[in-house]
Amino acid sequence: MSDIILKVRDLYRTYDIKGGLFKKPGKFTAVKGVSFDVERGSTLAIVGESGCGKSTLARMLTMIDAQSEGGIEIDGLPIDIAKTGISKDMRQKVQIIFQNPYGSLNPRQKIGHVLEEPLLLNTDMGAAERRELALEMLQKVGLQPEHYGRYPHMFSGGQRQRIAIARAIMLKPKLLVLDEPVSALDLSVQAQILNLLKDLQDEMGLTYIFISHDLSVVKYLADKVMVMYFGEVVEYGTRDEVFDAPQHAYTKTLFAATPRADADSIKKRLAAKAASAA
Amino acid sequence: MPLLEIRNLKVEFATAKGPFKALDGVDYTVEGSEVLAIVGESGSGKSVAMLAVMGLLPDTATITADKMEFEGRDLRTLSTQERRKVIGKDISMIFQEPVASLNPCFTIGYQLNETLKTHTNLSGKGRKARVIELMKSVGLPKPEERVNAFPHQMSGGQCQRVMIAMAIACSPKLLIADEPTTALDVTIQKQILDLLVQLQQDSGMGLIMITHDMGVVAETADRVIVQYKGNKMEEADVLSLFEDPKHAYTRALLSALPENADGDRLPTVSDFASEGGF
Repeated sequence: MSDIILKVRDLYRTYDIKGGLFKKPGKFTAVKGVSFDVERGSTLAIVGESGCGKSTLARMLTMIDAQSEGGIEIDGLPIDIAKTGISKDMRQKVQIIFQNPYGSLNPRQKIGHVLEEPLLLNTDMGAAERRELALEMLQKVGLQPEHYGRYPHMFSGGQRQRIAIARAIMLKPKLLVLDEPVSALDLSVQAQILNLLKDLQDEMGLTYIFISHDLSVVKYLADKVMVMYFGEVVEYGTRDEVFDAPQHAYTKTLFAATPRADADSIKKRLAAKAASAA
Repeated sequence: MPLLEIRNLKVEFATAKGPFKALDGVDYTVEGSEVLAIVGESGSGKSVAMLAVMGLLPDTATITADKMEFEGRDLRTLSTQERRKVIGKDISMIFQEPVASLNPCFTIGYQLNETLKTHTNLSGKGRKARVIELMKSVGLPKPEERVNAFPHQMSGGQCQRVMIAMAIACSPKLLIADEPTTALDVTIQKQILDLLVQLQQDSGMGLIMITHDMGVVAETADRVIVQYKGNKMEEADVLSLFEDPKHAYTRALLSALPENADGDRLPTVSDFASEGGF
């Protein structure tokens, strides 16, 4: 229990809403007092529907946005970018992978350059060394060395997500935030990417913050699960605790709404249908 | 006589690299009052087939079929004007992105009214009443007020309800839903699927669900067609498909579901490709 890599305490994020001619300016709190710890090498899944603040939380953890209040500590390093700005040190601790691999890669940038850019910006490696690392990384995520000089449009969605993963782990981060990494992918490609993420976690000792609304993926991957609803954490526990005995009403609704793809529930549904038709 | 009967449907796209076969001789039969699910990954031709029925494919597409009949009428020989009388009235379709399918410049009341104006000879007053009635039947709250709302003032789930209202405005005999819930949250997805199935049962229309989500198939379908790369892999009623999948590709799809994970790794489609057949 001792090796905590991410510590979040009473985190708030408030956005100002601009007033209009007849509208008073207001405030919107997207994240309301969230606290949790993540152990090194484990996976925390954050579940919730759109607008529940899960992506805002991800933006704060990855230093895209500053928190309004509260503390974040990554690997012993306190993060408060509104006050201290971002150092190269901080950048190397945490990286993010986004949902849409079509939008997160620059169409005019060759893959090799995509992978080398984090190194160029955050380290003082030479060009030859960067190239070598990029080629190594391509292999690690299941791509070929000849992909180095190609452009994003030449790749499929699953391959692009592999590139995004490769880019994120170029700096050997401690913490990886995955914002719905597989929800834009086909089922069989999703399985490949999930396998890749598991392999990388074992190999590099990565810690994942896995944001998703797909409970079956969460159940497969997560060690701990956190359910958010309107900016608040309504449920937080180990995977088995949350899945076997959900406490909060919203979590129960969420489970009830998830489609079940097993023969028993199909039988039940067909029986109910036949009964209502009769 | 089946509602929709298609024999040996082939669709080819003319591309710069020569013709591309999107669909290679697939048969579809839809009876009235049943839910047919067409499931497959991207590139399987599942949408293309139904777009061909609707006549919505671009000019670069060449459509050939031995038979393509809706209620015994040959869809291949219909002129554009004749087809327009069928499309939107007897056959209608809803799409994945509800917010993008609505015109942002007009109120939803206006857009619902437009469909009725084209296909019915109701009076202005009659149409207004029908619009309210439709909005009620798809579960939109406060229809009298919401009639004057613009699409941007509504959530994604509500926009999808508007799309469904528009599609059922003229009591179609066949409703085609192309990934109707892919862009929505699970809890909203459940509501929309329940609504579609309810409407289908009440009105006795045929419903075609195009989806890549096995969960959606399990929750809605009576009969299932599995497609892969423009070919039909398997056709079966829903229970036997999940209990006893005949084709290797169907087995691959089902075992790639994270909830069916057996041990630490997810099997991928390529693991099954060696079994042959696709």
